[in-house]
Amino acid sequence: MRRLRSRNFRLKALFYGALLGLGVLLVVVFSGVAVGGFDPRVGVTIEQPVPFSHALHVGQLGMDCRYCHSAVERASYAGLPPTETCMTCHSQIKAQSPLLAPVRESWQSGQPLRWNRVAWVPDFVYFNHAIHVAKGVGCATCHGPVHQMQVLVLHQAFEMRFCLECHRNPAAFLRPKEEVFNMNYQPPAELLALGQRLLEAHKVQTANLDDCSVCHR
Amino acid sequence: MQAKPTGDTTLIQGEHTYQSLADKLVGVVEKPPPRIWWPLVLLGGLGTAFLLYAILVTFLQGLGTWGINIPVAWGFDIVHFVWWIGIGHAGTLISAILVLMRQDWRDSLNRLTEVMTLFAVLCAAIFPLIHMGRPQYFYWLLPYPNSLAMWPQFKSPLAWDVLAIMTYLTISTLFLYLGLIPDLALLRERAKSRLARAFYGALSLGWTGSATHWHRYRAAYVLLAGLATPVVISVHSVVSLDFAYGLVPGWHITVFPPFFAAGAIYSGFAMALTLIIPLRKWYRLEEVITLRHLDWMAKVMLASGLGVAYIYLLELFVAWYSAEPYELRQQAWRFNGPYAPYFWAMMLINVGILQLLWFPRFRHSLPWLFLISVLANVGMWLERYVIVIISLSRDFLPSSAKLFHPTWVDWGLFIGTFGFFVLGIALFIRIFPPIAVAEMLHLLHKLRFHKEESHAARSDGLLQNPRGASGGDSSG
Repeated sequence: MRRLRSRNFRLKALFYGALLGLGVLLVVVFSGVAVGGFDPRVGVTIEQPVPFSHALHVGQLGMDCRYCHSAVERASYAGLPPTETCMTCHSQIKAQSPLLAPVRESWQSGQPLRWNRVAWVPDFVYFNHAIHVAKGVGCATCHGPVHQMQVLVLHQAFEMRFCLECHRNPAAFLRPKEEVFNMNYQPPAELLALGQRLLEAHKVQTANLDDCSVCHR
Repeated sequence: MQAKPTGDTTLIQGEHTYQSLADKLVGVVEKPPPRIWWPLVLLGGLGTAFLLYAILVTFLQGLGTWGINIPVAWGFDIVHFVWWIGIGHAGTLISAILVLMRQDWRDSLNRLTEVMTLFAVLCAAIFPLIHMGRPQYFYWLLPYPNSLAMWPQFKSPLAWDVLAIMTYLTISTLFLYLGLIPDLALLRERAKSRLARAFYGALSLGWTGSATHWHRYRAAYVLLAGLATPVVISVHSVVSLDFAYGLVPGWHITVFPPFFAAGAIYSGFAMALTLIIPLRKWYRLEEVITLRHLDWMAKVMLASGLGVAYIYLLELFVAWYSAEPYELRQQAWRFNGPYAPYFWAMMLINVGILQLLWFPRFRHSLPWLFLISVLANVGMWLERYVIVIISLSRDFLPSSAKLFHPTWVDWGLFIGTFGFFVLGIALFIRIFPPIAVAEMLHLLHKLRFHKEESHAARSDGLLQNPRGASGGDSSG
């Protein structure tokens, strides 16, 4: 009888252990999926032909975002600056720097620089920069503290959950229009009250913001 | 009225002791299989390989390899899904509903029909997965928190299908396994080789057959039966809602849930008979699966078949009674359209040939019963063909009428699931006893030791509905 009981115990331990293990595994897998924890892109640096530093250009030199990303207020695509934009300064400044050799080469040959894209969404997502800027969504809300980045890293995986978080409750994320390009903007304490005011001021239609057709056209 | 012999004495024929009965039933697993087993496994294996090949072709080349087209976007995939799911239902009916009704005749049938259920549901579950254009995203149908912040649409019966089938697969597997535990312990004790002992020992979860075990086992079994019964009825009802929810003429009928459930029981019992009649011969199980068992199964088949036949006629009546032109046109399309042979063959089998089961002559003749059960399977296949394909091939707009022509991949998937079904059952009854040994020993005990008691009770008039009890409300 004792022998049977001990076998019983081991079997039970095995059974419940296996069950527990499976449960833990499922929780880990699903919670990872849930928080996008398995997205390999966030926080990883991507090598670029030229080590362009936003920290230098924005953080130290104080350039406005729109100086280079000039289409952001009018087009769905914010645009990467052409070589001409770089060369407006770099034909004179650091004109001999070896780091800028690809830029000069591009300037001479007319071939565009092949930047590696960091922030992207799949082609079945129709993201429009202009509308977000027009309704008071700041650059830093989505792209993070770009003015402190030596090399651009992805701040957000741009998963749908992230987009919907704001589309379902935009008031918590809006800022006055004149602060959109202010990388050092600090939201006020009465954030939601301001958000409510801005919703009305910017005429944000909240009713259908999470409909499929908004992005997946 | 003189009470007829209850027939319980014939549930186990021959002079058996516990030992001899157990030897006989476990012998199926312990002795070498009958000669037919190898060809069956070979055929099943070939069929399974064909199934995998057809699935591979579907995945690599897409659904365009099937015969489906735009009005008939549900073709053989859904026909066979519903057909297989229906077949599975007899197993749970025998296991669960007949337990609740305390029917002793289920004891020798339930294991086989549960195995049939398991493999039929597995065959069925293949179709919803592969009939998706992008089967790699099947998990989007599961409600789990994800980075999309999206959930399934719970208004769709197809989303209910996921839950229904997964619940059904789980509960039928649990039922099968729960029933197996005492038998596994028996096999463990009888095992000759160390390997077999370890295998059955691990699976039997340390069952020792103590009174506590049995007490809890019975309680769990009956509870599970009580839970499985609504599942059986609702699973096929949910499947029927895939159609009844739609607006297509021929689909949008409120009687579909009980209609499909009746059809499931009908086709399930038909498939059970188709399997059991040869198996009892090959494995020499005539002593425990008697003609009386087959007779009862045939009666259940008749009863559920009549339910199906009733609804065929009701459908016709309602189409006429509704005076709804599309409904009428749909029925006319079934009568005289290009698919009329399918419709009339279905009516011939499920309404006509079914009536043979009224006669004991056909119920007691194995060849006839086998033939009728095979035909009933064909008839129920035709029924799903009529519902799914004929209804879709012509609905509201004449411009979107198109016929369905299955391709070899469609047929390959069907034949392949058959192979998988046969292979699964053949392997299962090689490893696990196809008849619930513990149940049968219990039945033998009841028959031998409780016969006198019940006989005495009957002669005392206790079981003969004493007049005094019901006399109060009988007015004449």
